[in-house]
Amino acid sequence: MNILDPQGPVAAADKAILIDSIAIMLAIVVPTIVAIFAFAFWFRQSNPRARYLPDFAHSGRIELVVWSIPALTIILLGGVAWIGAHQLDPAAPVAGTGSPVRIQVVSLDWKWLFIYPEQRVATVNSLTVPVGAPLQFELTSGSVMNVFFIPQLGSMIYTMNGMVTHLNLRADQEGHTQGLSAHFSGDGFPEMLFDVHVVSPLAFPNWVGETAKSGNVLNADTYKQLSQQSVETGRPTYRLDDPRLFSEIATQHIPPGPGPQIADNPAKPKPESGAASVR
Amino acid sequence: MTDAALYRQGDPRLLGGRPHEGPASKRITTGYGFWIFLLSDIVMFSCFFAAYAVLLGQTADGPKGAELFDLKSVAAETALLLLSSFTCGLAMIAADVRNALWYQIGMAVTCLLGLGFLALEFREFAELVSRGAGPTRSAFLSAFFTLVGCHGAHVSAGILWLLTMMAQVFAKGFRADIMRRLLCFALFWHALDIIWVAIFSVVYLLGSAA
Amino acid sequence: MLGKLTWAAIPFDQPIPLVTGAIVLVAILAVLAWVIIAGHLPYLWREWITSVDHKRIGVMYTLLASVMLLRGFSDAIMMRAQQAVAFHSQGYLPPEHYNQIFSAHGTIMIFFVAMPFVIGLMNLVVPLQLGVRDVAFPTLNSVGFWLTATGALLVNISLVVGEFARTGWLPYPPLSELTYSPGVGVDYYLWSLEISGVGTLVAGINLVTTVLKLRTKGMSYLRMPMFCWTTLASNLLIIAAFPILTATLAMLILDRYFGFHFFTNEAGGNVMMFMNLIWAWGHPEVYILVLPAFGIFSEVVSTFSGKPLFGYRSMVLATMAICIISFMVWLHHFFTMGAGPNVNAIFGIASMIIAVPTGVKIYNWLFTMYGGRIRFATPMMWSIGFMVTFILGGLTGVLVAVPPADFLLHNSMFLIAHFHNVIIGGVLFGAFAGYTYWFPKAFGFRLHEGWGKAAFWLWLVGFYVAFMPLYAVGFLGMTRRMQHYDVSEWRPWLLVAGVGAIIILAGIICQIVQLATSIRHREELRDVTGDPWDGRSLEWATASPPPVFNFAVMPDVEGEDAYWSIKLRAREQGLSREPDYKDIEMPRNSPTGFVCAFFATIMGFALIWHIWWMVVLGGIGAFATFVVFAWRDHDEYVIPAAEVARIDRLNREARRASLAGSAP
Repeated sequence: MNILDPQGPVAAADKAILIDSIAIMLAIVVPTIVAIFAFAFWFRQSNPRARYLPDFAHSGRIELVVWSIPALTIILLGGVAWIGAHQLDPAAPVAGTGSPVRIQVVSLDWKWLFIYPEQRVATVNSLTVPVGAPLQFELTSGSVMNVFFIPQLGSMIYTMNGMVTHLNLRADQEGHTQGLSAHFSGDGFPEMLFDVHVVSPLAFPNWVGETAKSGNVLNADTYKQLSQQSVETGRPTYRLDDPRLFSEIATQHIPPGPGPQIADNPAKPKPESGAASVR
Repeated sequence: MTDAALYRQGDPRLLGGRPHEGPASKRITTGYGFWIFLLSDIVMFSCFFAAYAVLLGQTADGPKGAELFDLKSVAAETALLLLSSFTCGLAMIAADVRNALWYQIGMAVTCLLGLGFLALEFREFAELVSRGAGPTRSAFLSAFFTLVGCHGAHVSAGILWLLTMMAQVFAKGFRADIMRRLLCFALFWHALDIIWVAIFSVVYLLGSAA
Repeated sequence: MLGKLTWAAIPFDQPIPLVTGAIVLVAILAVLAWVIIAGHLPYLWREWITSVDHKRIGVMYTLLASVMLLRGFSDAIMMRAQQAVAFHSQGYLPPEHYNQIFSAHGTIMIFFVAMPFVIGLMNLVVPLQLGVRDVAFPTLNSVGFWLTATGALLVNISLVVGEFARTGWLPYPPLSELTYSPGVGVDYYLWSLEISGVGTLVAGINLVTTVLKLRTKGMSYLRMPMFCWTTLASNLLIIAAFPILTATLAMLILDRYFGFHFFTNEAGGNVMMFMNLIWAWGHPEVYILVLPAFGIFSEVVSTFSGKPLFGYRSMVLATMAICIISFMVWLHHFFTMGAGPNVNAIFGIASMIIAVPTGVKIYNWLFTMYGGRIRFATPMMWSIGFMVTFILGGLTGVLVAVPPADFLLHNSMFLIAHFHNVIIGGVLFGAFAGYTYWFPKAFGFRLHEGWGKAAFWLWLVGFYVAFMPLYAVGFLGMTRRMQHYDVSEWRPWLLVAGVGAIIILAGIICQIVQLATSIRHREELRDVTGDPWDGRSLEWATASPPPVFNFAVMPDVEGEDAYWSIKLRAREQGLSREPDYKDIEMPRNSPTGFVCAFFATIMGFALIWHIWWMVVLGGIGAFATFVVFAWRDHDEYVIPAAEVARIDRLNREARRASLAGSAP
């Protein structure tokens, strides 16, 4: 999950801006820190060679320089920020080879549901995508706020119930990486890691075909079970019955997840403890 | 050069060129501090106004403002509150000339007018709740009840303060510290008026036009 | 009868909070017993609890902050320990505990350590620097302190009665709504902050009015010490920002208690509105914290370099610029919420613009050192440590202000490292510098230098060892608030960070030893003259500790560094003539603050547990307290001129002796 090892153009561009910005700032910061140490050492009380200038409290020339240095740096970085923010807008489409893959993402307590509306399949905690193709994500939440983040593919984006956010990525190398939620969402939050499999453009339709044969069906009822608070240790896959499921979730026609059940919830990984029962 | 000479010349290091005389009097300091408190209260109200503006359209398929607002009642509430500011002003003038009788009368009338405002507002809220348009119905109604209710809560606190000030003057007369508190009370009461003007403009008038 | 409160609220089955709570309770009872049996209670009540003296209140704020630092740091050590061991394992803290611990850690550190620390130092020092006798509203000052203490008390009660919030230090909905957090935890958080928020606002009003309306003769704005300017800026921010927090938390309270729909998922609630409102408060809040620290550094660097502050007007301009711009950057806390490139870019650029006046300040401190004769006393060490550390923190801050960089780093451990970098390196180092610098003024004896320097080095090294690895692990994709993890690349860094926390612990222990040693050896460390550091501002003209009235006669100020010119003239011409002593009126002590806070605690606790009759009683009690206060006939007492003269002559004698002993 190393962001300094990007596997796609968005992550690579984000990283480039990161490194460039650090370099620009270090060019100012390092000499300043050296000057702090140098002045502190040279003007120590015990140094007889240092000149004592008890009235040196103002200099227009120095003021001009000290206002200019940060100002110029910021103007430069501001330009980087403006251009970068526009070029790397998560909603901006990313070019690629092959037809774009639409993936609808629903963050739940405490797992990720990935719906492939055109392929009519769905998976939990496992994302399979073809290499080089534009990936068009539409995201929402089935309960609380989360953040969808695949560090090696690029920018993260919030998921919120009742709203749809958009993210565009591309994976440029076959292999495996991981994603996670970058926004704390409750007791099962650390479990919200998911696998990302980047496969060849030929292997992808095979995977779709295999998954479509799954015995599990994803519809409003099975979705309701998923939205109970629980942690998912496996990587279940589903046939997608209703391609409008995501839109039902995003417009709250299917209500958001119910939260913790005070009574016994067999899906919870740990038994309730004493103080918890007052909740 | 002596400082006095510098002052005469207009020392450029002194903003305004005049020497600083020393700490301000208690009355000025108290009034100033209370103004700052009022500004902070206005910031708080701004948040509720902002929430109202954001949630204006979130009626959750429930009633909108235009269907709910009774402008006649709002007009009456406005009249009562504005009049109460006037009588509060009269009470302050009476205090300035140390006339206890007219002070108490002015404050009592202000109190009654304020209570009248609250009674009308309470009735409006109760009616909305009974129609199923209470604050739990939708985000818009939550914002409406909170904004208008917060103002009502301030008026209620103001009335408690008013009664306390009536009792204070009755028991101790127009002592300097009591006069300072009266200054603060009057500022508070008039500020509530200003907030109300904003409320009935933004919430009721604009809301009914929609 | 008792709302939701039952015996099940006490964590009999959870050893860590149970044992901790028991130990703390025993310790409190032991201290209380010692105080009462040794007969100190009347003294404490008269001189401290009911005091309206800004110096006493300042000390109490600082004491509260220090005690809460221990609690907040305990949370930190527990978190580092958990993350060091919880690799392919649940560790020793299950999620419901770990989540409370990190929430409590942030809440306590921001609201009950950093805020009281800076407010305490401002309270102690500003009236002295302005040459006046007290703040504008002394009794209100006491109310503000005790309400802050109430908030701290409620948060700590949650450890043993019920639970604390499990949402993080800012309770983002919908997680913080009743649906997803049905317990009392979020309610503890909300009421604790609503109550202490009133206290903070009161402090803000007090200090702004003091700086703007109460300055001694001749002290125009551009002759005020830099610390007073930063106090002004910080408290203007308090007045403008804290009402936003009050309103936003009130909306969440209405959602949770009455079923309103400000931020709920259903019926049209808007979670993005919470983010905007809370950060519209949250960003100014961090400047509220750091601006006083900047002021402290201005005082310390100038004193220990033996020169006036370089570029005073520039510093004033920079301070007020930071004050204003800090209100224009809040969206950088949620670049990843999808606002669109124009909005993101504008807020990113605004966030960078704030780095300009901040950079100017660093250079001005640098040039204050230039041409100076620098003495490396402990406060100066903290200042130099701050300058280097804060620059690095600022660098990482400007980095995450670039939206595409933030798209990779938002909410990651890199972010955690960044804000600890600026808060510890900026606010905490500043607080420690101020604590060491002004301790002799408050208590009449200096702190032990050796232990002070040891504490500094351990904190400095410990900070870097604890937080530099967090930058690295943030680059490796780790996000914040993870109770356990399975990624092996993260583990070594988290282990090193754990070691850093232990080094910081050693630093804290040194600070405790420093205090104990200094008290024990206070005669050797005695500050006889009131000016132990060869200071430049008016607080050093008073005795240590100053008399209750601060100045026998309020000084007449002639320039910047008001005390320096007085001192130079005294060195050349001897002490000036004895002044014409007059009677002095001082405000009477009052139990209003303490009693009000007592009722506020009852109300807060009752609101949390839904004990409605207790809420009403508490409210009536609070109102009655104010009426009783309003009814008192004597709010001041007189110190006769003869007594003023006697006290002042002692100070003049000490100064005469030191002038004779240290002929230049």
